[in-house]
Amino acid sequence: MRNATEETAGEPPAVHAEGIVKRYGPTVALDGATLTVRRGEAHALVGRNGAGKSTLVSVLTGLARPDAGQVTFDGLPAPRWGDTAAWRRRAACVHQRPMTVPELTVAENLHLDRFPDGRVIRWRALRARAARLLAEYGVEVDPAARMKDLGVEQRQFVEIARALSDGARLIILDEPTARLDAGGIARLFTKLHALRATGAAFLFISHHLHEVYDLCDTVTVLRDARPVLTAPVAGLAEDDLVAAMTGGQAAPSGPPARSARRPPGEPVLHAEGLALRGAFAPLDLTVRAGEVVGLAGAAAGGTTAIGETLAGVRTPDHGRIEVRGRPVRTGSVRHAIAAGIGYVPEDRHRDGLVPGRSVAENTTLAVTDRLGPLGTVLPSRARAVARRMISALDIRTAGPGQPVSGLSGGNQQKVVVARALARDPAVLVAVRPTNGVDVKSKEALLGVVREVAAAGSGVLLVSDEPADLRICDRVLAVHRGRVVARFGRDWAERELVAAMEGVGAGESPDRAPGPAAPTDRPTDRPTDRPTDRGVRPQAVTETDGGPRP
Amino acid sequence: MTDTAQQRPTGRAGALAAGRRPHPAFARWRDVSLVPVIFVLGVAGFVVSPAFLTRDNLIGVVQQSTELGLLVLGEALILISGRMDLSLESTIGLAPVAALWLVTPAHGGRFEGLELLPAWTAVPLCLAVGAAIGAANGFLMLKLRVNGFIATLGMLTMLRGLHLGLSEGRSIGDVPESFAYLGKAVWLGVPAAVWLCLALFALGGAALGYLRHGRALYAIGGNPEAARSAGIRVDRITWTVLAVGGLLAAFAGILYTGHYGAVSASQGNGWIFQVFAAAVIGGISLKGGRGTLFGALTGVLTLQLVINVMTLGGVPPLWTQFLNGLIIIIALVISRFTGGEKQD
Repeated sequence: MRNATEETAGEPPAVHAEGIVKRYGPTVALDGATLTVRRGEAHALVGRNGAGKSTLVSVLTGLARPDAGQVTFDGLPAPRWGDTAAWRRRAACVHQRPMTVPELTVAENLHLDRFPDGRVIRWRALRARAARLLAEYGVEVDPAARMKDLGVEQRQFVEIARALSDGARLIILDEPTARLDAGGIARLFTKLHALRATGAAFLFISHHLHEVYDLCDTVTVLRDARPVLTAPVAGLAEDDLVAAMTGGQAAPSGPPARSARRPPGEPVLHAEGLALRGAFAPLDLTVRAGEVVGLAGAAAGGTTAIGETLAGVRTPDHGRIEVRGRPVRTGSVRHAIAAGIGYVPEDRHRDGLVPGRSVAENTTLAVTDRLGPLGTVLPSRARAVARRMISALDIRTAGPGQPVSGLSGGNQQKVVVARALARDPAVLVAVRPTNGVDVKSKEALLGVVREVAAAGSGVLLVSDEPADLRICDRVLAVHRGRVVARFGRDWAERELVAAMEGVGAGESPDRAPGPAAPTDRPTDRPTDRPTDRGVRPQAVTETDGGPRP
Repeated sequence: MTDTAQQRPTGRAGALAAGRRPHPAFARWRDVSLVPVIFVLGVAGFVVSPAFLTRDNLIGVVQQSTELGLLVLGEALILISGRMDLSLESTIGLAPVAALWLVTPAHGGRFEGLELLPAWTAVPLCLAVGAAIGAANGFLMLKLRVNGFIATLGMLTMLRGLHLGLSEGRSIGDVPESFAYLGKAVWLGVPAAVWLCLALFALGGAALGYLRHGRALYAIGGNPEAARSAGIRVDRITWTVLAVGGLLAAFAGILYTGHYGAVSASQGNGWIFQVFAAAVIGGISLKGGRGTLFGALTGVLTLQLVINVMTLGGVPPLWTQFLNGLIIIIALVISRFTGGEKQD
């Protein structure tokens, strides 16, 4: 890497990495990885968690020093290792986790550790510069605003602007859409298309294959530390791409385990008039045994709040919750768990995992009262529960004693699901359980959800990804805190997305035309206002969408 | 659900996991990383002075470790659950003073108390004062949500002042027999304080390992939000731990008072640095969620041995403070590398 000068014919690529090897102790993170991103190209880097994507990004941004191999930028050798300023002028990275200081202003964040003009900071000039920079990339943000007051989307745009402001022509985006909702993703894509027109090259890391197809020209697949495929996106079948990632046969198309469905049984979860001011309007909801109910909608639209309220994390202003016909004290996680509500929180890092502790401890966190007499926890029983869950959910771990921080994202998420399932809940409330996990893990997690239902529990799946909602028996689309449409098993993605986005339905709940064509059996009723309920109870109770033959 | 899924193939999973397997035993190493250090200190002590390996000296070291040890035990529990309490060093002095103030005769002695309660209540009173101080810290941190570091620093100063005010800045020498017993008694040829301290460490270790509320401390310290969403009563348990910490500090005060037969005006003054040093050297994370009581105990013994070896080696008294600080820093660095973990 120190004396790398590989001349390519014609125009040198924006970045070329050849034969990169990186080991961490006994783990080989990259084993001869090769990657070429041409100028003006949008190049996707995909692979399962643990395939080496992050390591490759670290190597390309000068954060990790490869054990072997060479990196060139525009045909020139990469900067000396450790010269971070030079690396930053070559490749800019927008990391998966925010790399901004929330308490500082946008202007300061844009100039972190490279304040202009020598020693004394001239604030006025700094803000003016920041404003110019933001305007240049079309980011409409006040430079004097504090970073923490911005929305997720704006923060991300600021990060992208900062990355570009160093003059790098290669921008690495590490799962930029994981933090955004559909509208934000669309705006991000518009922006990225505009930037490509100026000649910037992108390396785009995503778990969402449709984003790869939407945005990228070329895709490189990493598997088990090696690149296994580099091909133009156009003409590459999605099945082949998945097969390359997983190393096996293509994923079964369509939702898994459809055949396992059986008619739903008794109601296991029933919510009546549940409301939380500023989050969602009064909601009636029933989940039956053996049924997966989808709650479709953006996080900001109240779906996350509904899930959290059912799990007892948030206290509703009105309404009540019943599990198997027995009332549950609202606003108490303990009571919710004891009543039989298993909860998979939206953000596994924040609410789901104790990173330094073992798989066994995390798995049994909610069942410690069942692992021994008199308040004791017998480690043998905890390990037994953990082993059962490890095999049931196919968690890839060295054993029950491994800290969860050492697991890949998908397996961490499985641990969170295991924690919820360890108590054999009557109903599982899973909020975006497939966030930030790879295709194969996603499939496995959704399979687990189906199995939970098949075993006689109910599931409420909160998501905004149509692919996830395919496994549901019924889907309620939520927009701005209201249920705006109901679907059965078969729906067109376009209709569902339209309903989630509130297209055509959101503003006038009284007689809005349903977003879906009447081919779907469950009627897409406008939703439940409190005033509507007395007048047209059938419009809001769940029974009209109830058991089907 | 579990039955159906068990049939899934896991062969590749096993192969993949094997490649990334960390040494399973390695995680436990940091708990015993100080054992060789203690051994080296023993050898050093033997080389420095023939008096080191005598029964009296070793028992003296262990006895001196008990009071510090109990504070470290309390602090370790608090640190594991992700909090900190600086005021323990004042509790060890104030709790005995407050108890004695309530039971000592109002007239006649050098120290004039209130004589509100009979003398035998001194021990329970002292423990209650300790627990109440811990609970007050809990109120500040958990109900008012003020910063724990500053709140307990304020508590440290305030309680030190209360101690001085109550005792009028003097040592209290006339201690009821019941109060002095535990600190003086010798059971089976070893001071009772040593047995009690070991028993409490064993109890604490067992609670952390085998009781659901003990295990919850790690979850709370590691990620309070995750603990909350798993149904653990985070605030209640944290509050209990803070009260237990105060209780242990008060108990240390009882042992210390009995040991020396008096409560000095500066009892516990400046100990908190050693308490934190012993805990961190012993592998307790200041960020919470990590560490064992065995590690904390070895941390205490290491510090006390260092002081003992220095004393026996004839270090001039005016230099002991310098060397003490230096050695704690060296011990931190050593345990950082033998433990293989960042001490954050």
